[in-house]
Amino acid sequence: MERNHLILAVVAVVALLIAPHLLYSVFLMKVLCFALFACAFNLLLGYGGLLSFGHAAYFGSASYVTAHTMKVWGFTPELGIIAGMLAAALLGLVFGWLAIRRAGIYFAMVTLAFAQMVYFYALQAPFTGGEDGIQAVPRGELFGFIDLRDDISLYYFVLALFLIGFFVLYRTVYSPFGQVLKAIRENEPRAISLGYRTNHFKLATFVLSATFSGMAGAATVLVFQLASLTYVEWQMSGEVVLMTLLGGMGTVLGPVVGAALVVTLQTYLAPFGAWVTIILGVIFVICVLLFRRGIVGEALARFAFLKNDKAQLQRSDVAEATVTKEAAHDPVKPL
Amino acid sequence: MGWGWPALHNALGDMTEEIAVETQGLTKEFKGFVAVNDVSLRVRKGTIHAIIGPNGAGKTTLFNLITKFLQPTSGKILYKGSDITQAKSADLARHGMVRSFQISAVFPQLTVLENVRVALQRPSGISFHFWKPEATLSHFNDRAMELLEAVGLADAADGHAGELAYGRKRALEIATTLALEPETLLLDEPMAGMGTEDVSRIAALIKTISKGRTIIMIEHTMKVVADLSDTITVLQRGEILADGTYEQVSRNPEVIEAYMGTGDDA
Ligand SMILES: Nc1ncnc2c1ncn2[C@@H]1O[C@H](COP(=O)(O)OP(=O)(O)O)[C@@H](O)[C@H]1O
Ligand SMILES: [Mg+2]
Repeated sequence: MERNHLILAVVAVVALLIAPHLLYSVFLMKVLCFALFACAFNLLLGYGGLLSFGHAAYFGSASYVTAHTMKVWGFTPELGIIAGMLAAALLGLVFGWLAIRRAGIYFAMVTLAFAQMVYFYALQAPFTGGEDGIQAVPRGELFGFIDLRDDISLYYFVLALFLIGFFVLYRTVYSPFGQVLKAIRENEPRAISLGYRTNHFKLATFVLSATFSGMAGAATVLVFQLASLTYVEWQMSGEVVLMTLLGGMGTVLGPVVGAALVVTLQTYLAPFGAWVTIILGVIFVICVLLFRRGIVGEALARFAFLKNDKAQLQRSDVAEATVTKEAAHDPVKPL
Repeated sequence: MGWGWPALHNALGDMTEEIAVETQGLTKEFKGFVAVNDVSLRVRKGTIHAIIGPNGAGKTTLFNLITKFLQPTSGKILYKGSDITQAKSADLARHGMVRSFQISAVFPQLTVLENVRVALQRPSGISFHFWKPEATLSHFNDRAMELLEAVGLADAADGHAGELAYGRKRALEIATTLALEPETLLLDEPMAGMGTEDVSRIAALIKTISKGRTIIMIEHTMKVVADLSDTITVLQRGEILADGTYEQVSRNPEVIEAYMGTGDDA
């Protein structure tokens, strides 16, 4: 299966390299930013089993820090992004440390409460510009010599950020750490009884998730040259939940598909104004009712089902045990 | 005097050395309901110690207390002589005391092999390495397969643990527990839900692994208890009813009255 992942990755990267010549690049960048945000969120929800309802806090705070450091302190884009990520990581460390002591709905509520604190801070603090946000953030020159005012150059930079973030998150999921994380998600008491201090793993996951949510927020600032309250609002936290569930939580590609779908709908439904939210809500409800595992989750399940069917066809002439063994020998690694 | 002191010292040394797990006046109340009541228990090192008693007697609660999944209302717990009343569950596992659960506790979405590997990788110190590929773990595969063979699960290694039949899940749990090479095992009804063939396989396995290890086992099958255990503690309504070898316990009139007479299914 690892080889299939590699082939898929190569095809996807080639497509993403060609994409800005076929599609509107700002739209593509928005998709990439939200896809990264959803992937980071999915690490916590899909693999850590923790539903945060306040991820806008990390996306938004990073966007403010990046915007401020670039506009006021004159940071170059890469330094501005690092500053934003560090801010998100720090915030994730503090909030995560407090939140992981709770489970289930209480965890969701605690994270939401923290995010609302960040929202009110952003509304009141002098440097965030209140209702206006921080506007006209210069895109600057990457490493001091690549001018990002050109949309295509910026696209390739945002793509690079997305790929770095996606790779780190993918690697985390399929690493020794990821194995333990999944074990904790599946059965925490059992993981504890094997000697794992599960809170340490949850906190590390929370911080990683916050950091890359921050990377997404920081990249968004470059694209729209703006950090505003919409990035820290609870609706933003809700949107990332929606994207992840639509695409399929606990799958590597699900959040990307979910983000692409939601951003596309938002873009094309924009003329309907306030109806967008309602239409998205309806689509969400339909999806949840029709395929509970999300789009990618459902597709993978069908694929696995087809494989099993094939195994069943062979069963007629082979001893049962052999077939189950054979079928089991090629486990489908969820994408 | 010249000969008395060292002898006495040795005797004391051996006595403390001999006890793996000890509880002193252990009590747990749930909102006024006393689930475990003043239980003082001594488990000698290297023995198989069975805990039996009717449903709701407090056996699982006692396990939860000893392994620190629950905090006792009062009383003390000692492990190899040191007070662990305030210790954390995960740290006990790191010091060689590993428990299993009454309800099957596998990681259903991981493969059977991965279930065992998650235990094997823990002492290796690489578990926080999120930047390393999963392939780093493949050098545990051989050991994991050995353990799976020991419990008769080698043929299921690549399937998801969640798809195993109930009895085979229990076998997987034992393999996972053994992967940590614990000094002390607490097994909560390890054979519940297994077919007779599996029961004898697992009973034989427990016998084998008991060499050099301490095993505390909650078990209902009287035949298994009689065959395996060195000591038996009978719990009833949270209290110790009787304590001793199978011969002693089974001759105890209170135990006979309580339930042994009702059949061999305790
Ligand atoms: N977390 C809990 N809260 C309240 N009561 C509990 C809890 N855990 C166990 N009990 C009660 O304690 C008693 C002993 O349960 P348990 O230790 O599971 O018994 P056993 O394992 O011997 O069958 C039961 O009456 C059970 O209802
Ligand atoms: Mg029990």
